[in-house]
Amino acid sequence: MTATVLPPENLAPVAPEKGRGRLYGGVAMVVVALYGLWAFGLGPRTSGTDTTFALNLSSASGLRLPDLTFPSAPVAIVLCLLAASCGVIRILRVLPGRWNAVLLGGYLFCFVMAFLAWAAAAKSLNLASVLEATVLASVPLVLGALAGVLGERSGVINVAIEGQFLLGACLAAFVASTSGSLVWGAVAGVLVGGLFGLLLAVFAQRYLVEQVVLGVVLTMLATGLTGFFYERVMQADPSRYNTPMAFAPIRIPGLADLPLIGPVLFQQNIIVYLAVALIGVVHVTLFHTRWGLRTRAVGEHPTAADTVGVNVIRTRYVNMFVGGLLAGFGGVWLTLGLNISFNKNMAAGAGFIALAAVIFGRWSPVGALWAALLFGFAGGLSDAVQLMQTPVPTDFLRMLPYLATIFAVAGLVGHVRAPAADGQPYTKA
Amino acid sequence: MSDTTAAKRSPWRRIIDEMVYGAGWLVTLLSIVLAMAVGAILIIVSDPDVRGTFSYFFSRPGDALSASGDAVWTAYKALFTGAIWNPERSWNAATALGPISETLTEATPLLLGGLAIGLAFKAGLFNIGGQGQLIVGAICANYVGFTMTGPPGVAVLAAVLAGVFGGAVYGALVGLLKARTGAHEVIVTIMLNHIAAAFLAWVLTTSVFKNPTRNDAISKSVSDDALLPRLLSWLPEGSGLRLNSGLLLAALATVFCWWLLSRSTLGFELRAVGANAAAARTAGMSVGRSQIMAMMISGGLMGVVGATQVLGTTNASHALTPQVDAGLGFTAITVALLGRASPVGTVFAALLFGALQAGGRAMQAQAGVSIEIVGVIQALIVLFVAAPPLIRGLFRLRGGESAQAALASKGWNG
Repeated sequence: MTATVLPPENLAPVAPEKGRGRLYGGVAMVVVALYGLWAFGLGPRTSGTDTTFALNLSSASGLRLPDLTFPSAPVAIVLCLLAASCGVIRILRVLPGRWNAVLLGGYLFCFVMAFLAWAAAAKSLNLASVLEATVLASVPLVLGALAGVLGERSGVINVAIEGQFLLGACLAAFVASTSGSLVWGAVAGVLVGGLFGLLLAVFAQRYLVEQVVLGVVLTMLATGLTGFFYERVMQADPSRYNTPMAFAPIRIPGLADLPLIGPVLFQQNIIVYLAVALIGVVHVTLFHTRWGLRTRAVGEHPTAADTVGVNVIRTRYVNMFVGGLLAGFGGVWLTLGLNISFNKNMAAGAGFIALAAVIFGRWSPVGALWAALLFGFAGGLSDAVQLMQTPVPTDFLRMLPYLATIFAVAGLVGHVRAPAADGQPYTKA
Repeated sequence: MSDTTAAKRSPWRRIIDEMVYGAGWLVTLLSIVLAMAVGAILIIVSDPDVRGTFSYFFSRPGDALSASGDAVWTAYKALFTGAIWNPERSWNAATALGPISETLTEATPLLLGGLAIGLAFKAGLFNIGGQGQLIVGAICANYVGFTMTGPPGVAVLAAVLAGVFGGAVYGALVGLLKARTGAHEVIVTIMLNHIAAAFLAWVLTTSVFKNPTRNDAISKSVSDDALLPRLLSWLPEGSGLRLNSGLLLAALATVFCWWLLSRSTLGFELRAVGANAAAARTAGMSVGRSQIMAMMISGGLMGVVGATQVLGTTNASHALTPQVDAGLGFTAITVALLGRASPVGTVFAALLFGALQAGGRAMQAQAGVSIEIVGVIQALIVLFVAAPPLIRGLFRLRGGESAQAALASKGWNG
């Protein structure tokens, strides 16, 4: 993503470049944290007031936590100082990758909590409902990102996740409504996603169409098809063709009684549990099975893989099909998971955000999960903060994850590198 | 076949040869026919009355076939009469020119946008940030449009230039990131689209922009001085013809792009960088500078689209709304692809897609076929054009030199 397009003279001195990146990143962290100290901790909004965080969903039935009330200003000051010290550590010490991520996570946590202490000063903010909104928004992003990871690890760029979402959501709603069966609806939505992935793979591999362009065109095709189908067929008789339906939430005994996270994570419908399980399945498949090794080999160096007898084209077709199934499942969530009837263009760019999560998560399933949670959290947070009437417009909060992604791909947060043969069709010489 | 043998053959023989071997123009034509055929199938399948006749297809197939034929005929007739010429509604010049006026009105932003995306293609960049650049351009043009009142001509010029400026800055940002850090333009532009949309939503809540007399999210209206003058309103009964001087801007932009790409040093550098960045660098060209310039000009052209949206005919109050981009950032990509990124090709592509959209609205009104089908047909045309072997295989053409794709496969690392 970054290194190969730089002119060669920029490639040679890798170490100093990295050091400078660390310095800039650390200084930026400290500056932002100090700004937070000034704005959140020392500002008039927090002086002498208390912040309340509610920690229970209104629907929670198990253990309930008492509301958390604390003086706004001192807590915000302490949190901002902690965040600033994270930045200082980043400047002073070279940390191994995992600790770097922990440091960044800690920094973000402290800064966001300080912001919330400021935003909810003299008011009450329900953290549990923010977490629930995060989970609900992250599910399709995770599934779409897993689809992207599978495709790109095998060397096919899938920009049509948005299209797969729309087709999956539309067909799932239609089939579930007409047949009255949620399961058949889900199966139809999943399958159409898979077939669409296969279509993309055929055009990319057989007809050698540039894959990013192809994905955009296929997304437009799916947008048109579902929009046409919606207006011409579903709208004619919504009660018959497009009734809102949803899988019932399944309560996991014991775990659902946990405070705060219990109802958020363990009182959801089957799609959420399957999505979590699929992250593990894709991770294990990619990194601990023969198939995964072959997939990654095909994505990095197809010629070498072909030489040792791996069927490159077939591997890519299968990966794109399975990835499409996952993306279609993400589409199913949009209607049958959220109890919403299908609407024109209802994915509203979620597929493109999932694509960003693939890259932000560095082409790994677990990374994609964190990226999806970050995007989902920013959305849930800005909805919650909107109610607090802060001087900061919530539209700016909404921009933050997108800005973060730009910083990530620009190498300011750390370098990201795509599989070497990503996006290149394989033709035997 | 070499040039000398081709010259010896009669023109008719040459056309037949081209058809047998599937020349580029034939592939495009067949793609359009095939896409329209798929559209026809969709119209048939989605029509409940026609579906009814298919339930007894085997006892009386004539019913089903004539009903299908009727449905498609009604729809496509409305498409044609809405886009080109309606013999039943042509009692004077204004009514006769009505459909063409609509087609050209729809084609104007498509042409400008197609040129913008095509120019970036030529430099090897895929600009899917048209939406964001358009929005920023529209915000700038809108601001100048409602603050400035001046002599006619000056205000509108200032507003258009503000649009160009906004779009160009937003586009250049992408080029700068690409040139300095190697950040892939596709992902950056997707993010910038979302950022611009959120920024627009915020702008529409501020007291500077928000129209105080309205409850919905809409900005103040552009002053009459800053509106793009209409071109055909001087005709008798011509007040309904929406065609405005945005078309002249688009024509100007076409000439500019043609000159830039085929006559200027910068254009040569852009094409060289697009064809082979490493070779261009070896030849002493600055790849980064070319990328920044390409994205800046591309964004500037998208900014003109934003200006024509606000200063032209998008909505009756000539104001910013959250839907000001109207999906043009993405439709423009298909226009550029169909036009193979060349300015002249883009003109034809924009006219075709403009006609489809103008006719699509007539089709929706008269035949009850949702305009969404136009998006399907457009996407299919581009898909088929991008895969000449598919068309050749379907129509049993012998295949020859393959038509050049607008963009070679590169992926994230390229």
